[in-house]
Amino acid sequence: MSTSPLSFWSSVGLVADREIRAKLRSKAFVISALILVLGVLASIVIGSIASQNTSDIPVAVVQGTPDVLGGVDGVDATTVGSTGEAEQLVRDKKVDAALVPDSGQLGYRVIALDSTPDTLVSLLSVRPAVDLLEPAPTNELLVYLVALGFGLIFFVSAITFGATIAQSVVEEKQTRVVELLISAIPARALLAGKVIGNSVLALAQIVVIAIVATAALALTGQQNLLTSLGPSVLWFIAFFAVGFVLLAAIFAASAALVSRQEDVGSVTSPVTMLVMIPYFLIVFFNDNELVLGIMSYVPFSAPVGMPMRIFLGTAQWWEPLLSLAIVVATTAGAVLLGARIYENSLLRMGGRVKLGDAIRG
Amino acid sequence: MIAIDHVTKRFGERLALDEVTFEIGGGRLTGFVGANGAGKTTTMRVILGLLRPDSGGVTLDGRAVTPGDRRRFGYMPEERGLYPKMKVAEQIEYLGRLRGLTKVAAAGATAELLARLELDARANDTVESLSLGNQQRAQIAAALVHDPEVLILDEPFSGLDPLAVDAVVGVLQERAARGVPVLFSSHQLELVERLCDDLVIISAGTIRAAGAAERLRTDNSTPAWELLTGEDSGWLRAEPGVLVREFGAGWALFEADEATAQRILRSAVGRGSVVSFTRSRPSLAQIFTEVVK
Repeated sequence: MSTSPLSFWSSVGLVADREIRAKLRSKAFVISALILVLGVLASIVIGSIASQNTSDIPVAVVQGTPDVLGGVDGVDATTVGSTGEAEQLVRDKKVDAALVPDSGQLGYRVIALDSTPDTLVSLLSVRPAVDLLEPAPTNELLVYLVALGFGLIFFVSAITFGATIAQSVVEEKQTRVVELLISAIPARALLAGKVIGNSVLALAQIVVIAIVATAALALTGQQNLLTSLGPSVLWFIAFFAVGFVLLAAIFAASAALVSRQEDVGSVTSPVTMLVMIPYFLIVFFNDNELVLGIMSYVPFSAPVGMPMRIFLGTAQWWEPLLSLAIVVATTAGAVLLGARIYENSLLRMGGRVKLGDAIRG
Repeated sequence: MIAIDHVTKRFGERLALDEVTFEIGGGRLTGFVGANGAGKTTTMRVILGLLRPDSGGVTLDGRAVTPGDRRRFGYMPEERGLYPKMKVAEQIEYLGRLRGLTKVAAAGATAELLARLELDARANDTVESLSLGNQQRAQIAAALVHDPEVLILDEPFSGLDPLAVDAVVGVLQERAARGVPVLFSSHQLELVERLCDDLVIISAGTIRAAGAAERLRTDNSTPAWELLTGEDSGWLRAEPGVLVREFGAGWALFEADEATAQRILRSAVGRGSVVSFTRSRPSLAQIFTEVVK
């Protein structure tokens, strides 16, 4: 039987293929991926149901009350015979409020159970016309939810797959499989295979989530949201593809410094912080132009920051391109440095390798 | 043939290998013995290219070993390692493919080896579910799957039951018979003694003896003879040129040169019946103690 010299990239392909298979075979991974997808699906469906429900306030109207509900949207009126009957419906919580005749100026009053029904009252109020000079493009709650969505998906995917890479690097060191692997292929091919294998999986998961979310939005009749989200989702995927490679290289290099699973946490926690910071920033500062502007150019937070700005419509057309170029350049640098650390630490067993030693070799 | 040529390796202050030089002949089983920490594993890692020596080098058939050559080496590390959650056959195929086998060739070689090592019934079990002895067999299969041109095995027999030892010995001898240079380390000196054509003895990073096992025996011991007769053997003590080491009724172990030994044999035959007269061969354990001292 003859062995042919394997090219670097076919070695990489074999390693990536094994990483993907091993991951897909893990029940824990499949289940957590399903939960994430179902979570996204559920939040869209529930959101859609909730938004439909808020529109109709059940109100009892006593016969003879001035017709103030005509032309008012969002009220489900039930006509009843007497004030007593209307009160009973309110007490039974069959309706949120009742309109009953009154001798006052308006000719009717509102009866409610324990608090003023503000929504109804404002619907019945006379309001002056308001002209907004700079209208907010989307409502605040929606902005918050979109920010949370991008942040959470980035955070969960990066942590899940980053931890996977770290574990798989240490597993090979701990079981010493790495000696066999490195005697067969270059360390760099091993690292590249791991990073690519996990990046492919992570990206596939993101794409599946995007497709599920798109389908769910379309099916629940939220086309408006879909149209405004579309471009930012596509950019999110592009940024994630590059940004994840950056994180993966850092996770792999950090994990190579230790030889036991118990020690993985201590070396990867700084990287985990790098992933968590953009998540918290986007949740708390999604309405802050300055913070978002900075986030959209810092390589670790750009995958969340830039799509957010695109969604808000505050990014110029060239900004995502420039930011993506910065992420690509940072990733290239991190991969080179990470490969060096990985190569130099891989066969050092026992205690934790000092970062300086790993870089010098 | 693999030649290790004046290899020196330091770990910080510690001199792990000091001008290590020896050869692993094609078609020969070479035993590598030494105490723990003597430098066996470090030497093997240098041969495999896992460690870069500070000076010296390794040649294959007279030229420096390249990464391409090393890919066709078979290696069994001392600290065993396979992926615990991967199936045995799948794992060995994977390692074969990393060494350049096609998918089909890797599958064929794996099936054949697992059958040979009597592990075929467990081919689809995960490595972690195997007994230690069977994990060991899987490890050996991983070293052999790509039909290596050179075999470097660190303690291949540790943890194996006698039947498994025989199976592995059979496989190694078969490879050697095809002309593959085989180097293996072991603490089981009787086994090394039984198997090896050549021996390399290392102590504290220095090669103390290397060469054909037979020659090492003769070189490192004074010729001794064992005489078994029906008669009393007390007369031996009076013979010139003879140093009696031990004796009992009708039995004696003595040191003497070749000519004296022949004279003693004739004289013994003259005195009565000789049951046996043999050259006493020092055991490897004795040589080892002698050489390392």
